[in-house]
Amino acid sequence: MSQIALPDTLPPATEATDNPVAGIDQSSGNFSYDVKYALDAGTGLSDHTIDYISSVKKEAPWIKEFRMNALQQFRAKPLPTSWATKDLENINFDKIRYYLASGQKPKRTWEEVPDDIKRTFERLGVPEQERKFLAGVEAQFDSEAAYSNIKEAVSKQGVIFVNSTEALREHPEIFRKWFGKVIPTGDNKFSALNSAVFSGGSFIYVPPGVKVSHPLQAYFRINAENFGQFERTLIIVDEGAEVTYMEGCTAPKFSTSTLHSAVVELVAMKGAKIQYITVQNWAPNVFNLVTKRGLAHEEAEIKWIDCNIGSRLTMKYPGVVLKGRKARGEVISIALANDGQHQDTGAKMIHAADETTSNIVAKSISVGQGRSTYRGVVHIPKRLKGCKNNTECDALLINTNSRTDTYPAITVRGAANRVQHEASVSKVSEEQIFYMRQRGLTEGQAMSLSVNGFINDLARQFPMEYSVELKRLIDLEMEGSVG
Amino acid sequence: MQLEINNLHVAIGEKEIVKGLTLTIRQGEVHALMGPNGTGKSTLSKAIAGHPDYTVTSGQVLLDGKSILEMEPDERSRAGLFLAFQYPSEIPGVSIANFLRAAVQAHMGEGEELEATAYYKRLYHKMDLLKIDRKFTARSVNEGFSGGEKKRCEILQMAMLEPKFALMDETDSGLDIDALKVVSEGVNQLRGPGLGILLITHYQRLLNYIVPDYVHVMWDGRIVKSGDKSLAHELEAKGYDWVKTELATA
Repeated sequence: MSQIALPDTLPPATEATDNPVAGIDQSSGNFSYDVKYALDAGTGLSDHTIDYISSVKKEAPWIKEFRMNALQQFRAKPLPTSWATKDLENINFDKIRYYLASGQKPKRTWEEVPDDIKRTFERLGVPEQERKFLAGVEAQFDSEAAYSNIKEAVSKQGVIFVNSTEALREHPEIFRKWFGKVIPTGDNKFSALNSAVFSGGSFIYVPPGVKVSHPLQAYFRINAENFGQFERTLIIVDEGAEVTYMEGCTAPKFSTSTLHSAVVELVAMKGAKIQYITVQNWAPNVFNLVTKRGLAHEEAEIKWIDCNIGSRLTMKYPGVVLKGRKARGEVISIALANDGQHQDTGAKMIHAADETTSNIVAKSISVGQGRSTYRGVVHIPKRLKGCKNNTECDALLINTNSRTDTYPAITVRGAANRVQHEASVSKVSEEQIFYMRQRGLTEGQAMSLSVNGFINDLARQFPMEYSVELKRLIDLEMEGSVG
Repeated sequence: MQLEINNLHVAIGEKEIVKGLTLTIRQGEVHALMGPNGTGKSTLSKAIAGHPDYTVTSGQVLLDGKSILEMEPDERSRAGLFLAFQYPSEIPGVSIANFLRAAVQAHMGEGEELEATAYYKRLYHKMDLLKIDRKFTARSVNEGFSGGEKKRCEILQMAMLEPKFALMDETDSGLDIDALKVVSEGVNQLRGPGLGILLITHYQRLLNYIVPDYVHVMWDGRIVKSGDKSLAHELEAKGYDWVKTELATA
């Protein structure tokens, strides 16, 4: 988005010579970072980086092995440029900081935050204390109060809601079974990368029959780790239980890093329901390469609601593996690509049992030089009966330079299954904009009304406060695009 | 207050369409602008509203003595100029209620916030006045509307925005006789000392329902004949060829 202009590289938070890994005798196997580890793992990725992260987190040997194995796979796997954009080649893996510990102090002051960013926060109504965190001025945002209330309320129901480090250390009997199973380490180069260096994210377990009434939000537990680059999330919802999880916020994130690569795994046991809602608004220098997949057992339901705004390149295709009879999967996706941005998003539906149903509704908006790509996979093998898929993708182009591509791959074998696919491309015409301007709306207001109208039916599925924020965000984006 | 058009020339690309048109409309007056297709009637209304495809090459348009030609289309709207479109655009996913709310808000001053209950009260009042079903407001603007519904939607917007001057471009086109009656009744409801109307039409038919104070005939980019409502009847009886012949012999 044009109003958030961040330099491609920000000054490093610490000098390379501060790297505590440097000069440490790795063969001794004896790590102690009691004070010094409040720094970081330096730049670049090596076995040492893994040693460092693992020892800081005091991880069990199996986790370290998991990381090391992942690193091997990451190194061995090529970038997916055979089908994806060559822009991926511009990621410099040696210049990336793979781990920031919680004591990390950013070197930016509030005065240094550009005025337009401050205005954006104001317009979005971001609370004062959160603004500083989001702008990268404060590494920590103390939201413990809000968070612990929620945590206390849900823990009474037996719900576990912790970060990845705590989960694997305190509750391995629950989480180890599914960790890295829905999305195997080697699923793709970036899932391997995440598996090697993950930190932060949310691990949630909901016991059988428990219906969590309030959506759980990552927003309540903003901290350096949670807003890190390599979050790892695993949500297990036991038989007949239900949960809604919301991640991200509409306020723009000013990451000092240029690569964000998360892995999110969902497991819905028999009759369980999971709804996972994401609204992300990245700074325009960020590569956002995320792997998200859910496993739905018999009569379970997994729904991804995914909204992507900002970033230089986003690649994200939330998926559902429909493993049990009558399982249901749904992906609702909104992507907005402004000048210089590429939203490469979509969905994957893997039908693996009879009478499974899936629904994909994807809407993309391309503005100016912005580019949107839809990629979908729907797979229904021949042996299955009574499966249904509905896919709908609609693209809206604003200004003649915008570009949109659709790559649906639907493999349906056998006559006992039903598939429906619809796609449309429309343009915001000059006539439409003139019509609205004749009624007193500015060009920016007119465009954002068009865009909000285009996604209206999907935006209604967001929780109230998110859809309100989403509308404001689109208003800001469109105003910015008019200049 | 008056809308003053002085020796206006308008071109689309290189082609001049309006060739020196002069007309003054005062608030409270209804002027009918008649003429065959292609004489520049619609071009005139679009140019006054500020459509980017229409270039004013010379002449003036003054609203209350001030030139509006340098103003953006939305500024002209906020200054009190309304164009009822011959072909209103569809805005998918945006309800009439939300669209009008945004428009009414845009017409308010800086820092003024439109109050929702008062807005809906006013909207429903206007709808009752224009005999429009309340369910109408939940529909997306002009999407899948019949010709009559589109024109009624235009009249409703006009009623809500309370312009000082309205340019109504072929409001009767595409309407059957019943729809024409309903739409005309709506316009008559809005008629009053605070509103000046330029009624652009092809046929005398509309003028049976909306009786104009003045009638002008447009030919080849200018007004060639002006009169009162009887001129419309004369035109209806003799046809536009009569004007043509008169022009040739003049």
